[in-house]
Parts: sequence; C-alpha cells; structure tokens
Amino acid sequence: MIINSIQLNLYLTLGLIFFCLGIYGVLTKRNLIGVLMSIEIIFNAANLNLIAFSRFIKANFDGQLFSLFVIAIVAAETVVALAIIIAVYKKKDTLDTGKLNLLKW
Amino acid sequence: MAYVWLIPLIPVLAFIVLTLSGRKLSRVSAYLAIACTAIATALSYTAFFSVLGGGSYHQAFKWFSIGSFKVAVGVSVDSLSALMLIIVATISLLVQVYSISYMKGEDRFAWYYAVVSLFTAAMLGLVLADNFILFYSCWELMGFCSYLLIGYWYEKPEASSAAKKAFIVTRIGDIGLLVGIIILYITTRSFNFNTVFSTHIGGGIATASAILLFFGAMGKSAQFPLHVWLPYAMEGPTPASALIHAATMVAAGVYLVARAYPVFQASPTALNVVAIIGAISALGAALMAVVQNDIKRILAYCTISQLGYMMIGLGVGSLTAGIFHLMTHAFFKALLFLGSGCVIHACHTNDIFEMGGLSRKMKITSWTFIIASLSVAGFPGLAGFFSKDEIITTAFKSGNYIIFAVALITAFLTAFYMFRLCFVAFFGEPKTKAEKAHEAPLSMTVPLIVLVIPSIAAGWAAFSFGNFVYFKHPHTAEINVLVMLASVTMGLLGIVLAWGIYYRNWISDKDISKKMGPIHTLLENKFYIDSVYSFLSHKVMIDGICAGFAWMDMKVINRGIDGIAQLINWSGKELKLTESGGLDTYALITFGCLALIIFYLLFLIL
Repeated sequence: MIINSIQLNLYLTLGLIFFCLGIYGVLTKRNLIGVLMSIEIIFNAANLNLIAFSRFIKANFDGQLFSLFVIAIVAAETVVALAIIIAVYKKKDTLDTGKLNLLKW
Repeated sequence: MAYVWLIPLIPVLAFIVLTLSGRKLSRVSAYLAIACTAIATALSYTAFFSVLGGGSYHQAFKWFSIGSFKVAVGVSVDSLSALMLIIVATISLLVQVYSISYMKGEDRFAWYYAVVSLFTAAMLGLVLADNFILFYSCWELMGFCSYLLIGYWYEKPEASSAAKKAFIVTRIGDIGLLVGIIILYITTRSFNFNTVFSTHIGGGIATASAILLFFGAMGKSAQFPLHVWLPYAMEGPTPASALIHAATMVAAGVYLVARAYPVFQASPTALNVVAIIGAISALGAALMAVVQNDIKRILAYCTISQLGYMMIGLGVGSLTAGIFHLMTHAFFKALLFLGSGCVIHACHTNDIFEMGGLSRKMKITSWTFIIASLSVAGFPGLAGFFSKDEIITTAFKSGNYIIFAVALITAFLTAFYMFRLCFVAFFGEPKTKAEKAHEAPLSMTVPLIVLVIPSIAAGWAAFSFGNFVYFKHPHTAEINVLVMLASVTMGLLGIVLAWGIYYRNWISDKDISKKMGPIHTLLENKFYIDSVYSFLSHKVMIDGICAGFAWMDMKVINRGIDGIAQLINWSGKELKLTESGGLDTYALITFGCLALIIFYLLFLIL
C-alpha cells in the first residue's frame, strides 16, 4: 500500500503540474488557439487524476471509463470551439484576445 | 304567500328594462314602471292582509357559502314589514303617477323612472330582508339610488354636490352600521334576524352594537349630527324628494331601529341615546325650519324634526308609537312634498315670499296642502294628531320630562312654521311669481287627493294599531287628557301665532328677526353645524392632516425612493468599469476566485 500511495502521489503531482501549466497557458496566451490548447492540457490533467485514482484506490474501471467519456466530449467541444474561432477570425481578422473585447462597456 | 319574494323583484325588472331600452320607450317607460310598481303594490296589500290577523311568513334559500360560513337569503313578512311594504309601495306608486306630468319633457325621463323603480325595489327588499346581509345590501343600494336621484340634474353644480354630500354623509353612518352588524355576527355567529335577536346579548356588547346600528340609522334618517345632507337633497326632482322623505330613504333608519329593537331593548343606554338624539334633531330642525324661506327646505327640516319624533318614540320604549308616526308621517309628508311640487311647478320658484294668494288659483293643491299641514301640526282628529300624541304621551309616561318638554315645544314650532309656510304661500296678495299660477294637471292632483284620505283617517287606526305592531306585548293606546290638551294647545298656539304674524300682520316678521338678532343669525346659519363640518373637512382634514401626509409623501417617501434609485445608478456607473471585455482578465478573476475558495476550504479542513 505504501508503494501504491507513493506511485499515486507521483501521478497526482504530474496531474497538478499539467493543470498549473494549463492555467498558466490560459491566462498568458494572447492567441485563441493557444488558449484552447491550454484548456486541453487542463482536461488531460483531470483525466490523469481520474485514471490514477481508478487504478490505485478503487481498483475498477469506473475512472477509466469516465476519462474515455471526457475525451469524447472534449473532442466534440473542441470542434465547436474551433468553429467559433474560425467565425471570429473571419469577422475580426484577428485572434488576439487583447483585441477581442466586444463585451467591454 | 310564496309570491312575497317577487315584490322587490318586479320593480327591479322595470329597472332593467328601462335601463336597457329606456330611450326608445320614452313615455311608455313611465307606464311600464307604474305597472310594475302597481303589481308590487297589489302583492304588498295581499301580504299585508294575510298577516293582519297575526302570524308571519318566512322563506329562505341558500345564497352562498364560504367554507363553513353559510349565508341564507330570505324574506320574512311580519306585521312590521307588512306595514312598511304597503307604505312604501303605495307612496312609490302615487309618486310615479304624479311624476308623469312633473317630469314631462325631461331628458333622461326613462332614467328617472328606472332609478325610482330601483329605489322602490331596494326599500321593499330592505323591509322584507330576514338577514343583515340582504338588509345591508339593500341599504347601500338605496344610498346609491338616492345619490342618483338627488343628482338627477347633474348639470347643476348644486345638484351634483348635494348628491355627493348625501352619499358621503350617509356613508359615514353606514360604517357604524357595518361594524355593528359585524359585532352582532361575532357575538351570535349569525346574520339571520331571528337568530340574532333571539340570542341573549350582554350589556356592554348590546350597548355598543345598538349604538353602532343607530349610527347607521342616524345617517339614513338624517338625525343630528348627520342630518346635514337632507336639506341639500332638495336639489333633486320634487317627486323624488317626496319618495326619499316619506317612504324610502329616511324611513329605513327608523325601520332599522324598530327591526333591531331587541338589541336596543337590552341596553337602556342605547335607548337613551336614541331618545336624546331624536329630541335634539326634533327641536333643532324645527328651530331651523322657522327661518327658512325655501318651501322644500322647510319641508326638509320638518322631515328631520318628525323623524326626531319617531326616534323619541322608539327611544322612550314604544316601538308602536314610533312606527305609527312613521306611517302617518309617510302619508302627510308625501302629500306635502307632492303639493309643494305642484306649487313649484306653477310658480317656478321655491321662495315662499315670492308666492302668496295661491289658495284662490290652485284650490286642490292648496287645500290638500293645508290639510296635510294641519295633520303635521297635530290638529285634533287628523292623522298626525294621534301619532304625535302617542309619542308625547309615551315620553310623559316614561318619566323623561326633558324629552317630553322638548316634544311639546317642537309641536308648537312645527305648527308655527308649517302655518307660516301656508299663510305666506297660500293667502294674502299674490306676489311676483304667483300671478300666472294655475292648477296642476289631473295626474298630479289625483295623487294629492288620494293621499289626503290617509292623512286624515290613518290616525284612527291608533286604537288597534298597538295590537298589530308591537314589541313583546301588545301596546294599548292610552289617552292622557292632560297631555293631549297640552299638545293640542301647543299646536293651536303655533297656528294662531303664525296667523297673527303672517296673515294679520300684528307685528312684522322683520322686526322680530331684528330683535332676535343673534338667535336669528344662529338659526339662519343652521347652528353653524355646516360651518363646523366644512371647518373640519377643509381646515383640519385637508389643510392639516392631509397637508402633513402630502409633506410626508413628498419629502420622506419620494426622497427615500429617489435616494435608492440614485444609489443604484451611482453603483452601476462605478461597477461597469469592471466589465473590461478582456478574456484574460475574466479568466484571471475566475481562477483567482477558485483558488481563494480552495484555500478557504483547505483552511477549514486543516
């Protein structure tokens, strides 16, 4: 069990690093595509957590199954997001988040 | 007797038909209304004769229920309501016949008949009601109809303000009535007259509810201090005044006291209040009538005074005396008003000093009017003599000598002002407006002649009346020779004094009013009661209390609401700066807050 918990902690730490990198990317990237990619990293950090917990704590396939669902839904969501990005680009000729402030008062 | 419930509904039918198609019917509308009232009158008389020998009739059906609270609506005929039925129906019928000529050529001719029909229906429903709910509905309906009739010529500002005055003043009394009914309901858990009046009600509650009910009666029957509307009600058409003064509106208050007599009987205080208010009204109104020059105003104050007599009769403990006077008064007062209508029709003025000498030109009107005046004045043998004597005798027997004295003085004043009116208007030389006067058409004089009969003869019912309408024990008319002599002397004295001043001109009335300066001014200003009311309503209510509320509204409430609105406006202006529209800012705030929440949760766990 001790070995297991060490291994689990390694996976969780990796997930945490991914998550923080993703957040950093979302906050700092000026390009919408970059933001989208950073969000993907956050998703993968979460998936990693799910799989790690599933492997070391519960010992069944619930978590893994769930992460598969997440991957499928993220794929669909990415399609929508990319479509929006294309539409924005056609309209505004830019993907710079600093310039896309339509909702400003 | 199963047809009794139809009596008020037939005039309602006339009202509906006339309101919907009155304009097309024009003169036919009068005949329709008269036909409906005639049927109601016939039914009233059959109902009257079937309870004449004693007994009563009651009929009820469920009206509505709210949960366990059930209201049955019903009609009941006993001797009191049967008597009222025939008085109301007869007088309404005669007034409507009379109105054919009087109202000829008016716009809204059909509307007049519609409202009179509804008015009659409301009063018939009121006397037939067996419960407070129906009673109160009819009571209010009558108030509304009187508003319509008084304001019939609403193009005249006086008429419309008189209508409002009548409505508002009676409404003030109605609040008392409503509260009284509610107290009685809370005490007895019923609206039904039989149940309410057969329940024993304790002293304090009996006093409170009786006085509150009497408050309603004060409004409707124009008793001091709510009498102010009645003289102004003269702005309506004269036949409508006759209806209001003789049979419907003002009789309702007296009827209420008579109907609720068990409650009044349970509280000597309440009875004393009734008697005292009656005495004040009787004497005060008689005094005010002495200085009036308007023929209808004199009659109006006379009505208040006579209603005061009825209240004295009820207040000193004799239901029979009060109702007997109600009956005789209904006949001779209707006659007086219809007669005054003929006079006004002929002279086109209300001022008696512009008339004069009418007895030669309008024989029927004048002599019927004089007979009615004799009846009011209590001339021996006429109707008013018996009923007034009954009240005075009862007041004497009850030991209320002050009230007895007031009644006697009022008898003197009544005779005086009625014959002041008669001598000035009907005798002497014709004045400006009386020269072209002529007798009224037949449809106006026939009702006068019909009404003369009960004005003379109704009094002779005095000897058996006490066996018909009474409270608990049959009332036997007692003849107290001394009291009778006193009241007859007072009456004759009044007539002789009026004859001396206004016919023989022993002394000029101008001199008297000069010598009586302050008193004359006081009476001409109606004891300043109207001034007190207008002071209360204008200075105290509008300039005082309402101004305070207006200030409160402007300065506190308006300012407060405005302040809140300004605060929200300002905060919106400031907070909009956070809406930068920048995606990264939003994300930073979102994640920052998320991080804060996580730290907080960690802090809680550790």
